[in-house]
Amino acid sequence: MNKNLVMSVVLVSLLAACSSKPVKEEPKAAVEDKSPVATQTAPKAESAPAATTAPVSDVKTSVNPLTDPSNILSKRNVYFDFDKDEVKAEYRPLVEAHAKYLVANPSAHVALQGNTDERGSREYNLALGQRRAVAVKKVLNVYGANDKQIETVSYGEEKPKASGHEESAYAENRRVDIVYAGE
Amino acid sequence: MLKNALSFLLVVMTTLAGQAQAALTIEIVGGAAQQIPIAVVPFAQPTTQPENLATVINSDLRRSGLFRALETRGVTNQPHDLAEVKYPEWAALQAQALVVGKVEVQPNNRLKVSFRLLDVLKQAPLAGLEYDIAPAQLRSTAHKIADVIYEKLTGEKGVFDTRITYIIKQGNRFQLQVADADGANPQTVLSSVEPIISPSWSPDGNKLAYVSFEKKKPVIFVQSLVTGQRQVLANFKGNNSAPTWSPDGSRLAIVLTYGANSQIYLINADGTGLQPLSHSSGIDTEPAWSPDGKWIYFTSDRGGSPQVYRMSPLGGDAQRVTFEGGYIVSPRLSPDGKLLTYIRREAGRFRVAQQELSTGQVQLLSETAEDESPSFAPNGRMILYATNINGRGVLSIVSADGRTKQRLSEAGGDVREPSWGPWTK
Repeated sequence: MNKNLVMSVVLVSLLAACSSKPVKEEPKAAVEDKSPVATQTAPKAESAPAATTAPVSDVKTSVNPLTDPSNILSKRNVYFDFDKDEVKAEYRPLVEAHAKYLVANPSAHVALQGNTDERGSREYNLALGQRRAVAVKKVLNVYGANDKQIETVSYGEEKPKASGHEESAYAENRRVDIVYAGE
Repeated sequence: MLKNALSFLLVVMTTLAGQAQAALTIEIVGGAAQQIPIAVVPFAQPTTQPENLATVINSDLRRSGLFRALETRGVTNQPHDLAEVKYPEWAALQAQALVVGKVEVQPNNRLKVSFRLLDVLKQAPLAGLEYDIAPAQLRSTAHKIADVIYEKLTGEKGVFDTRITYIIKQGNRFQLQVADADGANPQTVLSSVEPIISPSWSPDGNKLAYVSFEKKKPVIFVQSLVTGQRQVLANFKGNNSAPTWSPDGSRLAIVLTYGANSQIYLINADGTGLQPLSHSSGIDTEPAWSPDGKWIYFTSDRGGSPQVYRMSPLGGDAQRVTFEGGYIVSPRLSPDGKLLTYIRREAGRFRVAQQELSTGQVQLLSETAEDESPSFAPNGRMILYATNINGRGVLSIVSADGRTKQRLSEAGGDVREPSWGPWTK
């Protein structure tokens, strides 16, 4: 992982050296990328709230309900139809469970990351991904989650999980991910 | 001594640029019904120069779809100035126009480029110019000559000496590049491992505004192409995206979410004076100014599906502009303000369309299925857009009459988000 990061920094500076016109590089773009990697290696924030969630999971305190495969809270993906932002009925129980978790854990914070498939314009998809994230947030609010615990962000079609160009890939990419702080 | 040092430096830079960035390659399909047969004789020029100017000029003229470039090698006499021309030889080749020229190295190491455009039937000169240039300007001088020929023979200004911008994705690296209109001479403006989208030219062609995800969310930057300096234009809560310059360059229309739905705002070019413009409960995005600055066209799904609307930059109500098709995005105006181009979803395919604003008449221009981000050439004769061929992003150019198509692609890279730059002085 670290090697890759170093490689990209080197490539960036190589390119900077190669340009024959006064074009500017922004090495920070590559450098800043280290931060999410760094946060991924510090999952302590995640296990801390887990210890206080006994009432929700009502099992052994050693199991983190957010990652326990048998717990609905481990499910984090809400899927959408093309050009739609309605949270479908089948995903309501999932979103409701996360709302209740947030209510029970006031120190927990969640990011709702909206995504779209690659069809249509990138800017419209950026807006659509945002609206999907907001749609999930509204459902969280209905079940009592506090705005201050929720952040919405859109990646539009820029960060596809599935890389294909067929409906199965499109369906996978029309999605909001529920990501807890520290994950 | 200094001369040697300079030419060495030039060679090194060219070589490195070539290694780092292969140029886009071009394919041309179709052409206008009436093409002007033209003979461009290879220029007399030092063989050490990488390309004969006639090659670049011929390629420019052919790409327009309006010319048929004739093979000149069979003609015994290869003239390089007016005195050497024997008209009957070119009339026999059925050339209507003839171009001759040469490149001479001057004592100060600069180059003198001269050419003549001749009417073969009337046996009369139509144009002739001389350029005193640095060696690095050789290719752009060829584009300038092609522009003179194009304008003289079609009556319209040419766009060969203009530039385009686009994003190229290679592996997990995104590069914002600027290249000549024929895809040659690509320069990397920004390289990042996070996505870059929506580059937009300032009206003077000296700056680009664009959206970068390097801060883990969309933020708008403005970068000078002259000094390379860049600054954040908009980094407000939520998404910051879709920048487009007003025709006078004093401000930009942008799109912000502030955590809710995407709406259009105006902001001064220095990042001050933010003010909200659109107010809807839907998505309002992709603002595009009319050339007279009186309207901002934009995409909105306030009516249920995305369509094009327009409103005054002073505020007020929005008017719907498009009515056909269930999904219309990415509006851009022609330079004369009479035409609108956009992407329309048609039976599951996303295609480039052109709408005449006075009549509402719509013409579909592309045959592909995943077209994005169309923009007009500065003379309004061609539309540049991105499409997908065999799962790879390439650029396409279609003439406004739909008859001529060019494709610019780069092996091993995904090219997207193109925008055609303005004429510069």
